[in-house]
Amino acid sequence: MSSLATSRSTPRFEVSPGYWSGVLARLARDPVAMLALLVILALVLMAVFAPYIAPADPYRGQMLRRLRPIGTPGFPLGTDELGRDMLSRLIHGARLSLLMGVIPVFIAFFFGAFIGITAGFVGGKVNSVLMRTVDVFFAFPSVLLAIALSGALGAGIFNGLLSLSIVFIPPIARIAESVTTGVRKLDYVEAARASGASAMTIVRVHVLGNVLGPIFVYATGLISVSLILASGLSFLGLGVKPPEPEWGLMLNTLRNAIYVQPWVAALPGLMIFITSISFNLFSDGLRSAMDLKS
Amino acid sequence: MSAAPLFSANGLVKHFRLKGGLLGRSRGVVRAVDNVSFDLAEGETLGIVGESGCGKSTTARLIVDLISPDSGTIRLGGKTLGIDITTRELRRQIQMVFQDSYASLNPRLTMEDAIAFGPKVNGMDAREAARLAHGLLERVGLEPRRFAGRYPHELSGGQRQRVNIARALAFSPKIVVLDESVSALDKSVEAQVLNLLADLKAELGLTYVFISHDLNVVRHMSDRVMVMYLGQVAEIGPVDAIYAAPAHPYTTALLSAMPSMDPDRRTKEAPLTGDPPNPINPPSGCRFHTRCKHADAVCSEADPGLFALAAHQHQAACHLHIPGSGHRGRRVEA
Repeated sequence: MSSLATSRSTPRFEVSPGYWSGVLARLARDPVAMLALLVILALVLMAVFAPYIAPADPYRGQMLRRLRPIGTPGFPLGTDELGRDMLSRLIHGARLSLLMGVIPVFIAFFFGAFIGITAGFVGGKVNSVLMRTVDVFFAFPSVLLAIALSGALGAGIFNGLLSLSIVFIPPIARIAESVTTGVRKLDYVEAARASGASAMTIVRVHVLGNVLGPIFVYATGLISVSLILASGLSFLGLGVKPPEPEWGLMLNTLRNAIYVQPWVAALPGLMIFITSISFNLFSDGLRSAMDLKS
Repeated sequence: MSAAPLFSANGLVKHFRLKGGLLGRSRGVVRAVDNVSFDLAEGETLGIVGESGCGKSTTARLIVDLISPDSGTIRLGGKTLGIDITTRELRRQIQMVFQDSYASLNPRLTMEDAIAFGPKVNGMDAREAARLAHGLLERVGLEPRRFAGRYPHELSGGQRQRVNIARALAFSPKIVVLDESVSALDKSVEAQVLNLLADLKAELGLTYVFISHDLNVVRHMSDRVMVMYLGQVAEIGPVDAIYAAPAHPYTTALLSAMPSMDPDRRTKEAPLTGDPPNPINPPSGCRFHTRCKHADAVCSEADPGLFALAAHQHQAACHLHIPGSGHRGRRVEA
């Protein structure tokens, strides 16, 4: 930005730390959010380096050592119903599960924010048309909508991602619309209009910076929901197909073993729980760190 | 007046349609501003007073063309808005300072960026705009070295309002509309900002439209005063004439509600009772007749319209002062 250029050329000026560095500083002082962030980073690293970390091939099973308990030598977290190493499958499962959690929210953030900001800033009839269309999707519970869309599109990772993205666009668009409508009525937007700025400039300088933050916070809160929905789709056989390791799918295939090896069968669920609660806690921390008035 | 006015509003009307109910049917029309006309001479300050909801702020937004009137014309320097002058050009010459100093500033922009934004979107080079912003900060009494890089939440209300004034001045406007700009400040800070406004006016030859509900401040700041009631002008005239000899009963009531420093001049009874009538269905005839103690039969029948009084430039919309209006005169109080 131009302000940076001027500040640099005249270093005697006192420059306040920017908004985002303040947010980061406040976030760093929040132990819960930092712990959650640490867990998320660990999960991401685990997903990225899965082939190097995993002790065994997640696809290779042996019928002789099916459903071994946790702590079996060579299989620290036991084996699944086909004799595959649970630890390796859980590590590899982070890849697809995180992908199914993050990507739909990311896509929905892009489209939802676009729809919501447009509706909120333009207002009037455009707002009515866009938001009433979005409202149609609210008539369905999100789980049912995801199942219906996936069912119609057919099983598979891509269709799962697509249906989850569609499920998350309406709530994000609604939040974006309400935040933007709030900002549009503020005096600084009026003042910017009075200065003769075009609508695009006002959106770029005055609206985006003040609405993307809250929308982003809301979207990070949806990651855990997306993760759970994706696992649900896989569980129902609509998302990821066997033999791919994915936590929801693993939970499904292991459900018959719940009486034989309950702890092993619960492991994928535990991973889903840890991941989704970490995203939720981090999102909460981000929300309070972004609140200027506190 | 001999010289042509710098600015003139003629018959401004702004009605807001209330939507709602089934299928967005109109539930009524708020007559926020109804046939308001006034002139501004170069270098004067016109104070606008009135109760909440009387159309002061709508008038302000009409002057800056932030909202466009349903009918009526706005002329600036002899040019008519929409014919020989564009909204963009008009806004460059008429700027506005709002009441809420915090909501007026983008929380994500530094003071320098906030002030430089307007000039930049109008094509000024970024460096030059920054220099201009520093100069303006200095001019409104904020040391640029300390304040240029600050964010709104780091400033006090008075400092923020100084920044808002600086931003309004960035275009070298002819007219500045101050919509309750000092009302939210505490008294000592308010006095400082008022002095700053007076200094700026003297130095830059500005013309002010000063909107406030504080009658003492309006008296201190204004050359002329316009009293509004339910979207119409009740009385307009030189500040001394209005404060010394108010012609409209509404002005009299407003002035007697003014807190006085003199204990002998305390108000003993409420000058006006009740809330103003609903602007959706304003009373017939003179809109004030429902609350006026001098109301007569003619008041509910005919709209008096502004009528020139004896004093120079003094006009009031009251049947009492219109010869042959049919009004039977002032009620004498018991």
